[in-house]
Amino acid sequence: MKKVIISDATLRDGSHAISHKLTKEHIEIYAKAADAAGIPIVEVGHGNGLGASSLQVGLSLLDDIEMLEIARNNLSQSKLGIHVIPGFATIKRDLVRAFEIGVDVVRVASHCTEADITERHISYSREKGKEVYGVLMMSHMASKELLLDEALKMQTYGAEGIIIMDSAGAYLPYDVTERIAYLVAHLKVPVGFHAHNNLGMSIANSIAAIEAGAKIIDASACGFGAGAGNAQLEVLIAVLGKMGYETGIDLYKALDAADLVEEKIMEVLPSIKGISIVSGLAGVFSGFSKHVMRVSKEYNVDPRDVFFELGKRKVVAGQEDMIVEVALQLSNKQNRGAE
Amino acid sequence: MSTTKVSSSSRLVSIGETLLKKIKVAILGSGNIGTDLLIKVLRSPFITCSLFIGRNLSSRGMSKAINLGIPVSDRSIDAILNNPDCCDLVFDATSALSHQYHAKVLGDLNKIVIDLTPAKLGHLCIPAINLEECLNYKNVNMVTCGGQASIPLAYVIGQTHEHVEYIEVVSTIASKSAGPATRLNMDEYVETTEKGIMLYSNCKKTKAILNLNPAEPCIDMQTTVYAKVQKPDLVALKNNINDMLKKIQKYVPSYNIVIPPTYENDRIIMSVKVKGLGDYLPSYAGNLDIINCAAISVAEEFAKSNPKSLK
Repeated sequence: MKKVIISDATLRDGSHAISHKLTKEHIEIYAKAADAAGIPIVEVGHGNGLGASSLQVGLSLLDDIEMLEIARNNLSQSKLGIHVIPGFATIKRDLVRAFEIGVDVVRVASHCTEADITERHISYSREKGKEVYGVLMMSHMASKELLLDEALKMQTYGAEGIIIMDSAGAYLPYDVTERIAYLVAHLKVPVGFHAHNNLGMSIANSIAAIEAGAKIIDASACGFGAGAGNAQLEVLIAVLGKMGYETGIDLYKALDAADLVEEKIMEVLPSIKGISIVSGLAGVFSGFSKHVMRVSKEYNVDPRDVFFELGKRKVVAGQEDMIVEVALQLSNKQNRGAE
Repeated sequence: MSTTKVSSSSRLVSIGETLLKKIKVAILGSGNIGTDLLIKVLRSPFITCSLFIGRNLSSRGMSKAINLGIPVSDRSIDAILNNPDCCDLVFDATSALSHQYHAKVLGDLNKIVIDLTPAKLGHLCIPAINLEECLNYKNVNMVTCGGQASIPLAYVIGQTHEHVEYIEVVSTIASKSAGPATRLNMDEYVETTEKGIMLYSNCKKTKAILNLNPAEPCIDMQTTVYAKVQKPDLVALKNNINDMLKKIQKYVPSYNIVIPPTYENDRIIMSVKVKGLGDYLPSYAGNLDIINCAAISVAEEFAKSNPKSLK
């Protein structure tokens, strides 16, 4: 049977959806349920990963260490994973402490063209015996050739797999097929894919990735994630089962876990709101949605204009300060127009 | 009253003298930073480049210096060791590791050193904050480029408010302006900037974030400062920030505010853009230009003061 590894982003990407306010109870409940369902990797932490609790992206309710400790205590068969972006997380301040708690999987991420900032974090994690993946975020902003160059760097640093993220939910299935097939053909390590649902394509895109040779797929219970959410985990494993893929996950228990997320964790079910469609069309990081809504209201500008302007400026994940600048400039323009 | 007059007039005389006789500076390191420094030194009425030093006569920086008719050497620190009279002041634009050795050699030779590496052996200097004080030290360290952009703003927040709970600085730079060393040393950048902010703002809890943006045409460096304070005083803050901007603009002309101090979402936010002068480094590399402009202003101040009276 063909195998696919599911990496569960519920307790990491989902953090964006509730402004990084994951509680002890949230983590306990979901980690236990995911563990019981046999989900291979459970990622936990702030939406932008380790060391990212900030005024720029949003302050976490619990600090990184607390979140990881709670998760560690509730996972026995699933591996505990973390997301790490150099520039936010440092080895000394963040990785050392996370490793003390007993993290199993380290996913070191950079913007899709900046892989060389991940060298030290990847090699350090490998030296410490961790399972390490390289992650290229906002991958729609680079051609398949450029993505391969960057993926090859990560492979050289010691990454045991390369995951490309559709952080803006901007891909259509043929974009995914083209990129994944190219990476699979040229990399020695397995390739993975992380979808967002801005244009309603998260399951279709995940399937396209698998059909093109991807071996690792990120998904979230109920799609709980930034913006319009991620590939919905329980739907994905159902579809994969139907297609004859083996994930090792118990369907009933995954469905139960999703019910728990809906009842106990999420404020609202992820849905494709206008703002997320615009974010996908503009190719802007899904995690910006809540900030764009708040700031646009404060400055009395149309959040859709803000998203398109951010897209024009090719902002990357981590540039949330640009939202205020763009809203301020649009508002000044409006006021000048009114006078 | 009369004392002030006397001292200010004697200072004028000393400026007059240095105008006639510029102090001699050597630039150690012929990479992008060193070569850009050279172009800036050539414009200065107070300092002159007596030796441009690298390790390879065929490097781009060296060729540039040779074409400009500047005396060059490929002997690295030995060039100064073998000919100590070649200069009064040395800019070290090599690496933090090399500076450990250079600092000792140059100290023994009694040279003034302006260190642009993140070695942090010398007195930390942000010209808009502590230029005068730095003239008492023979080794002055220019912190980091991100620090030169963000620390003055953090300092003003600390000066304006009694209880600053938290300060965070986020810089985004053009990918093309981040060389291999910057990319490999993301952690050191974060640590050094956090320490610098802490030191000058008196705020115990600080955070630094660095983003690289690959957009073409390249973006200018942008730095945003956030703060959590108990009683925000926006009126005073705006005034004090304006004063600080004027001070910085004296040595970094295109240091401009794009988000004025604003209270939003229970936090203070302000943001600046730094465009470079476009001398040797391209103008989008404001992040590198700012540390060079700051270093030049320190050297010029040394030239204007009496370097003989140094500790």
